[in-house]
Amino acid sequence: MTGRTPLALAVPAAVGLAFLVLPLVGLLARTPWSDLPARLAAPGVVEALRLSLGTATAATVVSVVLGVPLAWLLARRAFPGRRLVRALVTLPLVLPPVVGGVALLLVFGRRGLLGGWLESAFGITVPFTTTAVVLAETFVAMPFLVISVEGALRAANARYEEAAATLGATPWMAFRRVTLPLVAPGVAAGAVLCWARALGEFGATITFAGNFPGRTQTMPLAVYLALESDPAAAIVLSLLLLAVSVAILAGLRERWMSTP
Amino acid sequence: MTLLDAHLVASAGTFRLDVALNAAPGEVVALLGPNGAGKTTALRALAGLHPLAGGHIRLDGTPLDTVPPHRRPVGVVFQDYLLFPHLSALDNVAFGPRCHGVGRAEARRHATGWLDRMGLADQARARPRQLSGGQAQRVALARALAVEPVLLLLDEPLAALDARTRLDTRAHLRRHLAEHPGVTILVTHDPVDAMILADRIVIIEHGRVVQSGDAATVTRQPRTDYVARLVGLNLYRGHGTGHVVTVPGGWALTTTDLVHGEAFVAFPPAAVALHPERPAGSPRNTWPATVDGVERHGDHIRVHLTGPVDTAADITPAAAADLDLALGRHLWAAVKAAETRAYPAAG
Repeated sequence: MTGRTPLALAVPAAVGLAFLVLPLVGLLARTPWSDLPARLAAPGVVEALRLSLGTATAATVVSVVLGVPLAWLLARRAFPGRRLVRALVTLPLVLPPVVGGVALLLVFGRRGLLGGWLESAFGITVPFTTTAVVLAETFVAMPFLVISVEGALRAANARYEEAAATLGATPWMAFRRVTLPLVAPGVAAGAVLCWARALGEFGATITFAGNFPGRTQTMPLAVYLALESDPAAAIVLSLLLLAVSVAILAGLRERWMSTP
Repeated sequence: MTLLDAHLVASAGTFRLDVALNAAPGEVVALLGPNGAGKTTALRALAGLHPLAGGHIRLDGTPLDTVPPHRRPVGVVFQDYLLFPHLSALDNVAFGPRCHGVGRAEARRHATGWLDRMGLADQARARPRQLSGGQAQRVALARALAVEPVLLLLDEPLAALDARTRLDTRAHLRRHLAEHPGVTILVTHDPVDAMILADRIVIIEHGRVVQSGDAATVTRQPRTDYVARLVGLNLYRGHGTGHVVTVPGGWALTTTDLVHGEAFVAFPPAAVALHPERPAGSPRNTWPATVDGVERHGDHIRVHLTGPVDTAADITPAAAADLDLALGRHLWAAVKAAETRAYPAAG
């Protein structure tokens, strides 16, 4: 396509781009570059980053282990209530994360559906622990993985599984040796989206896991709290999160995110 | 001796398949029929990929109906091959043995042997998308044979190939099918494939077997319009009284064969002579006909005629030039009794 770009399209496009980029510019403009190394090395920062990366990775692993089979079920098996199950799986995408956090408390809290039993039977208390952070992040991020993998499974030819069956592969073998390699790019893309969402998780985490430095205070929580006491620290933490996000985007590159 | 004894009853939407199939060890049976006749459904039912609504499948006396696909001693070559795109040709062929518990090295050795036999030793490391159509077909055949199936199923094995490759691959396939000790069921809509590759042809239309027999019988005595068209014959069904077969509408054809009761009468288009005027004398079978279409057919001209019966006639270009074959032109058609064949419709 060649020719003049209509102004009616060019102007909103430019405004849209500016709207997305300007906050980042602001962040960079206000960054206290001179004492950046010292601030980055502050114990609270390193601790929060370590916790964030660790919990986001753990949440992604849980999401892959539980989400891939769930996606397979949704893509490959016709069962009564499949539409309902799909709606439930995608619910955390539209649910305000704070509501998710409250819901998790009602299940795993001391008087919750499972929480009381977990405490009396195993002596396990979930809320306000690092485990709670992982659970909150998984709750919010797993739908990204399920949707991405289900799409990949639907796009992959199910007849390869039939071919595998005629060669003697049990359904599990066909899944492991044929289906999974075929949808591996979809799983990887879903895992990255899931990890990024988990890394940015705030509402469900602060509600269900609280804000204990070193235990449940992830980067987004640290940013929010620092903003009240030490704005410069908040900027540094934000910059760090931004850098990690850009690194993810670069990692994805054209491989999964580009249009053909 | 019967190795495969199957009665396949299955449905897909409003379509219903009801087909009985039997085959002896080493036999190659072609399921021949038009698109949508149910050939592929029959094949999928044998492989366990389509549920049976009734009937049975017995292989060497063992019932297979309720056995899941991965435990059936069956090998399938799919129309589009379905070679696993993420595995090399070698690992595609080794996949079956691996699933049957053979170790990796042993499975690869076995697969190498099969690729060798297919003349594909130097393609072992190639991915499916790097293979030509003919090579992919042979890898698919090797993959199906590598599990040493009792029942080998081929779905339109040559349909995806261009004309030249088809010729070579057909000869190659024929050799391997002849060596296969079990039963081979081959689905095709191409009568040439069926005649060259199969010992016996089963013709399926609308989910039913309409005719079966060896190539010679099917070619000589077609029992449906579809088969007659496939083998290039004019075919009519009527009532035989001695040497005369009367078709609905009252048109009567004299033959040299003797038939009584329901009967088919068939003759090749080349046996039909066309005349501008009613011919005097010899041929007893003459009738007025109207030109409905003219096309080139090899080195002669095929004329489609309407009249008391619809007929195809093959004439030389020279004869066509003399006749002035405009659409709607009225002619006289003639067939000698000796060039027709009549046979009972029953059995």
